[in-house]
Amino acid sequence: MQELAQQVVSGLASGSIYASMALALVLIYRSMNVINFAQGEMAMFTTFIAWQLVQQGLPLWAAFTATIAVAFVGAVLLERIVIRPVERAGPLTIVIVTLGLLITFNGLAGLFWGYVIKSFPSPFPAAPINIGGVAFSSQDVGIILVSLASLGVISLFFAKTKLGLAMRAAALYPAASQVLGIRVSWMLALGWGLSAVVGAISGMMVAPVVFLDPNMMQGIVVYAFAAAVLGGVESPLGAVVGGLILGVLLNLLGTYVEFVGTDLRLAVAFAIIVAVLLIRPAGLFGRVSVARV
Amino acid sequence: MSAAIPLLAVRGLTVRFGGLTALEDVSFEVTEGCIVGLIGPNGAGKTTCFNCITRLYEPTSGEIVFKGENLLRRAPYEVARSGITRTFQNLALFDRMSVIENVLVGYHSRYASGNGSGQAEEAVRREALRMLEYLGIAEVATRPAHGLSFGTRKSVELARALMAAPELLLLDEPAGGLNHDEVAALGATFKRICSDFKTTILMVEHHMRLVMGVSDHVVVLDSGRKIADGTPDVVQRNPAVIEAYLGAV
Repeated sequence: MQELAQQVVSGLASGSIYASMALALVLIYRSMNVINFAQGEMAMFTTFIAWQLVQQGLPLWAAFTATIAVAFVGAVLLERIVIRPVERAGPLTIVIVTLGLLITFNGLAGLFWGYVIKSFPSPFPAAPINIGGVAFSSQDVGIILVSLASLGVISLFFAKTKLGLAMRAAALYPAASQVLGIRVSWMLALGWGLSAVVGAISGMMVAPVVFLDPNMMQGIVVYAFAAAVLGGVESPLGAVVGGLILGVLLNLLGTYVEFVGTDLRLAVAFAIIVAVLLIRPAGLFGRVSVARV
Repeated sequence: MSAAIPLLAVRGLTVRFGGLTALEDVSFEVTEGCIVGLIGPNGAGKTTCFNCITRLYEPTSGEIVFKGENLLRRAPYEVARSGITRTFQNLALFDRMSVIENVLVGYHSRYASGNGSGQAEEAVRREALRMLEYLGIAEVATRPAHGLSFGTRKSVELARALMAAPELLLLDEPAGGLNHDEVAALGATFKRICSDFKTTILMVEHHMRLVMGVSDHVVVLDSGRKIADGTPDVVQRNPAVIEAYLGAV
């Protein structure tokens, strides 16, 4: 029983990493109806920037804050320069551009920082927290709390602020939004900025666990896709819940089903994507969209 | 009507899509405080004209002058800030938002233009609720916009447009899809809106009794050209208009 609880807790921890990456994917999807395949590589790249700042002697939290600012500004610029020219070209074109960005960021990170795996400092204390015989690593608890906090802040932003309302409007109905005076194209850029911030946060949370190298996010992004699909690719809450369920599920399967072990986890994630798309394409929290023909 | 500067002047507006000419050298004026009807058979170019004024389409040539300024020189999102909003023929509501949120989006141009930026959010919300009460749909404020009856959805869209405090309100087929009673009430509603909000209305409409009853001035388009322009009485007796509607006799 105690081992089960332990496995659930560590599943929640890896799940919250998938959750925060999934949250970043969902934010872009909501604002432009495409998946940003470069999301993971952007998170990796910004994490390297944080590492570089720490190497220069900046305190950890200062480096985090600076990195978040860089991620926001960088992603807004990226949208203006790279995505804007193809904004009206249709989803497939944008998807191809994001695939190009994926390769570019991966290559640039290799060029600047090399492929040798680096350790990344953890912002959380090393000592585990012990509750009722179940050891929670402070790192795990920290990741879960930070993911939930990001979800909370983002949900509040979209529900309660003028800018959040305008961003939702621009995503739902660009022509009507423009007629009402909303700068639709800038709202997309802000969407990129926000999701890059979420991505940067999850990159910096996960790096102490998986270590820092240009390919660190590639596995995680697949799990994040699975989490986003499971929760409903349009729902921020769904992304987080989907991530947590996936984390626990994979951990339990890996521990108790010998056949799955650690090697087949990725396959399970893909199986979940396929199963959800077949059985409930809108995901757990998504809305079924009906197109009038 | 005084011969002062018109609120809106469309001059020599021409729109071509490839080989198709949707509008050919169309000119007309809208005087402040009036209700102007823009009518014509299907495909006459009425909605195209609206789309040019709200900068969704780029005209091939011509000028659209609003309060003395050429709108075509401004960015599309600035049209609402300069004082023009519209409704759409097929409705353009944010379906996944609540009714009140839809109406709040209408306020965006006032934040952006600085006219309403000092307003506290609570005050804006109260104004949105009052707007819903004004149009008699306050009870659906927190309901999602989809799933409401068509007539209610049209009222939500009208509330959203009015929330921008427009000087010129463009209504694209406001009576379309409404039942007899709803149409009968529209004329009075528009006159009330005109005086209560100090707004001018330019409306595309097929419902002749409504247009002729409520408009101070009517502009008639046929196949992309203007064929008549005048008071409802004069326009109704114009042979070109009768021919356009009834076909060559």
